[in-house]
Amino acid sequence: MAAPKSEVLQGTLDLLVLKTLDSMGPMHGFGIALRIQQVSEDLLQLNQGTLYPALLRLEQRGWIVSKWGTSENNRKAKFYSLTRAGRKQLEQEAESWERMSAMINRVLRTT
Amino acid sequence: MRATLRSIVQRLAALFRRRRLEDDLDDELRSHLEMSIELNLRKCLSPADARREALKSFGGVEQTKEIYRDQRGLPMIETTLQDLRFGLRMLRRSPGFSALAILCLTLGIGANAAVFSWIEGILFRPYPAVTHQERLLALGGTARGEARGTPISWPDFLDLQRSCTLFDAFFVTKIMGTTLSIGDRAEVTTGSIVSANYFDAIGVNPILGRGFEPGEDTGRNAHPVTVISYQLWKGRFKGDPQIIGKTQRLSGTLHTIVGVMPEGFYGTFVGWAMQFWVPASMEETFEAGGYKLEDRGARWIEAYVRLKPGVNLRQAQEEISAVAARLESAYPDTNRGRGIRLWPLWQTPFNNAGTLLPTLEIMLVVVVFVLLIACANVGNLLLVRSFARRHEMTVRMAIGAGRGRLVKQLVTEGLVLSAFGAVGGLLVAHWCRHALVLLFPARGGVTMHLPGEIDGRVVALSAGVCLLATLVVGVIPAIQMRKLDLAGALKADSAGVVGGAGRAWVRSGLVLVQVSLSFVLLVGAGLLLQSLQQIRTSSPGFSTHEVLETFVPLVSAGYDAPRAQSFQDELLERVKALPGVESAAFGRMTPLSYGSFSSTPIAVDGYQPPPEEQPIVQYNEVGPDYFATMGIPLVSGREFTRADDEKAALVAVVNETMAAQYWRSRSPIGERVQVKGRWMQVVGVAKDSKYESVRETPKVFFYVPLRQNFSRGADLFIRTPLNAETMATALAREVHTLDPGLALYEVITLQEQVDRSTSPQMVAVTLVGVLGGLALLLATIGLYGVMSYAVSQSTRELGLRMALGANASNLLRLVISRGLALTAGGVLLGGVVALALTRLLGNLLYKVSPYDPLAFVSAFVVMTGASLAACFMPAWRAIRTDPARALRE
Repeated sequence: MAAPKSEVLQGTLDLLVLKTLDSMGPMHGFGIALRIQQVSEDLLQLNQGTLYPALLRLEQRGWIVSKWGTSENNRKAKFYSLTRAGRKQLEQEAESWERMSAMINRVLRTT
Repeated sequence: MRATLRSIVQRLAALFRRRRLEDDLDDELRSHLEMSIELNLRKCLSPADARREALKSFGGVEQTKEIYRDQRGLPMIETTLQDLRFGLRMLRRSPGFSALAILCLTLGIGANAAVFSWIEGILFRPYPAVTHQERLLALGGTARGEARGTPISWPDFLDLQRSCTLFDAFFVTKIMGTTLSIGDRAEVTTGSIVSANYFDAIGVNPILGRGFEPGEDTGRNAHPVTVISYQLWKGRFKGDPQIIGKTQRLSGTLHTIVGVMPEGFYGTFVGWAMQFWVPASMEETFEAGGYKLEDRGARWIEAYVRLKPGVNLRQAQEEISAVAARLESAYPDTNRGRGIRLWPLWQTPFNNAGTLLPTLEIMLVVVVFVLLIACANVGNLLLVRSFARRHEMTVRMAIGAGRGRLVKQLVTEGLVLSAFGAVGGLLVAHWCRHALVLLFPARGGVTMHLPGEIDGRVVALSAGVCLLATLVVGVIPAIQMRKLDLAGALKADSAGVVGGAGRAWVRSGLVLVQVSLSFVLLVGAGLLLQSLQQIRTSSPGFSTHEVLETFVPLVSAGYDAPRAQSFQDELLERVKALPGVESAAFGRMTPLSYGSFSSTPIAVDGYQPPPEEQPIVQYNEVGPDYFATMGIPLVSGREFTRADDEKAALVAVVNETMAAQYWRSRSPIGERVQVKGRWMQVVGVAKDSKYESVRETPKVFFYVPLRQNFSRGADLFIRTPLNAETMATALAREVHTLDPGLALYEVITLQEQVDRSTSPQMVAVTLVGVLGGLALLLATIGLYGVMSYAVSQSTRELGLRMALGANASNLLRLVISRGLALTAGGVLLGGVVALALTRLLGNLLYKVSPYDPLAFVSAFVVMTGASLAACFMPAWRAIRTDPARALRE
């Protein structure tokens, strides 16, 4: 059996979504889900559904905006893109994530 | 922070665009799944597998939607709105139930709101249009040994005004009546003598002309000007726009009308609407007893103060008391033993606020009772319905609704009901706002004005009551829910048993509460009724029937003393000559009327008062035949005759209490008493009677001849078997023969006088009686509801009993005894509560003990009768049960 997949922490999911939109440009929900799964090499256990409340949350806070458009194979889909506020938020969160993981790493090494 | 705020705004906005957002969400998720399926198809899965895989990796679609919705809107608000909608739908679905429940709550909340509005409009904010009433206080005098507040003198008032620093304003307002003749109509009108700063101090400006100017309250009769009320302007002067500067004869003196007050301003006397105002300089024209503005011993004014912001009653009283103490030592002749006191408006000693206060206090308790009874009724109705809705609730729970959620829904339904009740209640209060006036006997020359005031505070309090009702009403079915058992309830209902335990106890408990509360109210109403009867039937010490009383205002018609005296003599002769008149006499004051007897410090030969005692005694100035006419028996000696005039030796008649206090066992006849510095000889002893209130205990009192102590303002008493109307016509003819310019006050029996003086008791009895009846009705409905429900739930048991040989009378007894058991429990409980509470009636009771057995027994009889009536219908239905059918079902 493969190693158990990790559950996604809520705050982390926000960060992943923001990062994905930052590097890939406007995307629809399914695309974001695929992309996160690919990048994490399927190690993240993600119910694709949970993405949508997260997207809504980010939109309510003004970090992303959505717009109906047409997908690559001509399907109607809602596209999300990062706002200026969202980019700033991403920078802050990425930074605090790095600080946090560096700290945890240090703790793990010293004991 | 900005992000959080932004998200709240967005979520609020989402509440209003639900349908569109919902469609959006559907589209988005469908598109996601379709893309996912398409991808899977390209991985060469079968269409069915492709779909299954897509759904699997998505997770639950419906759960996602739920989470998404919670994130999108504000779930709390949304479910509340949902509950509200559902509650309204439930109301519409059973209109009979809803109407009954709302009616009960309307009556309960309405009774509360009405009493709140009376308390606000009569006690706390009694003067419409007057600014800053919260800082107004009443100012009056106190006398050693005198429980009631007294008026104060003008010089004392001026000294207070000069010396005190904690007040924005001092102002005087003294109620008086005068004859107003416009055209050929002469009628008695109520007005007020005020200090010149009056209108400025209360912050009400005239709509036409001006108020009084500084200095207009000084100088003897120097400023004959008057400001009139809006009603007088509209009614008697036809709204004449040129009214300012015109003159009007008031009390025989031409007054210039200088101002008209706005609509809705009635002056500052709780209960009566003032029609005109004159400055204090005109006092002599309107008040009996002469010129008093420079007489420190003449106590006649009623005054108010407005505190400076931030000053409290205690500080203000300290400053006032300090000044009063200075006045007492500076003017011992007039001020010894006299204090000056402030009262909050609701305890004002000199208007109807004081007389209504105890009644309104009792009413507060009574309406809370009525509210509780109404809530219990509605709770009971809801319980019955919640039983019918058990299935619905169980299904809801089975598909995942939390208990909390269901309770919230029940409470919301209760809120919908009581909100309707609150709106209805405020309407009831609005309709009843002038109802108190109707309970007072009408009297001539006075426009009663006792308005309820529905302002923000009353609405807020009523809303509070409504929430309380919601809690009671909503929580009762919720208690029931606690015991909801999923498996059991989904199965068929099991049949009940009459008096079976379990669910019935809540309902029975509610009926118990209702019965006991109504029992308390019935006892209260019984006590008040008995007390009223005692008051009205116990003799005040003078005849109340066959004696008429009236008043011919001579002061206000401009008579001086000699002219008034000869008029009185002539009128008396003419009246005595009228057919049917047995005797007639003048007296300055009618007992038990509004106004004050003369009072004086006295000294008695051979009586050494204790050092601290300043014996101040009240007396009346009466004419010859007064005692015979009034029917006050003389114990010894003689009464006054025509011979006791100005030229004769000064004489007095004392009452029994006075004789006993100052002469002990000796006879006072022939002894001397000093009144206002003059020695008088006692010539008679009269039996005690009531002087100021039927409830007073016997007090020291004496009489002096009117001739030797003349007053132009004297009442006329006539002993005759004729009725008041006949006498009034004859009397008016005689008065007009003597002087066509004179008006006659109404002619009333002394019984009417007693009734008027006891009208607060009458009001209390009526109000408690009406609400007690309402409570009884509600409780009877409650008992009826419980009993008929018990019977309808236990047809199978009843059928079984009949099949086993029970006959109709057995069943009748079974049902009725169960109902009566409830009643008995309620009466027992109510009896205990009543024993503890009737003491609150305190000074509304007269010669009746708060534990009077008659009141308790009659309440018991009424309650039992009502319960029998309530149980009979259900019992009748019980014996009509068809055993065969009942058992088959």
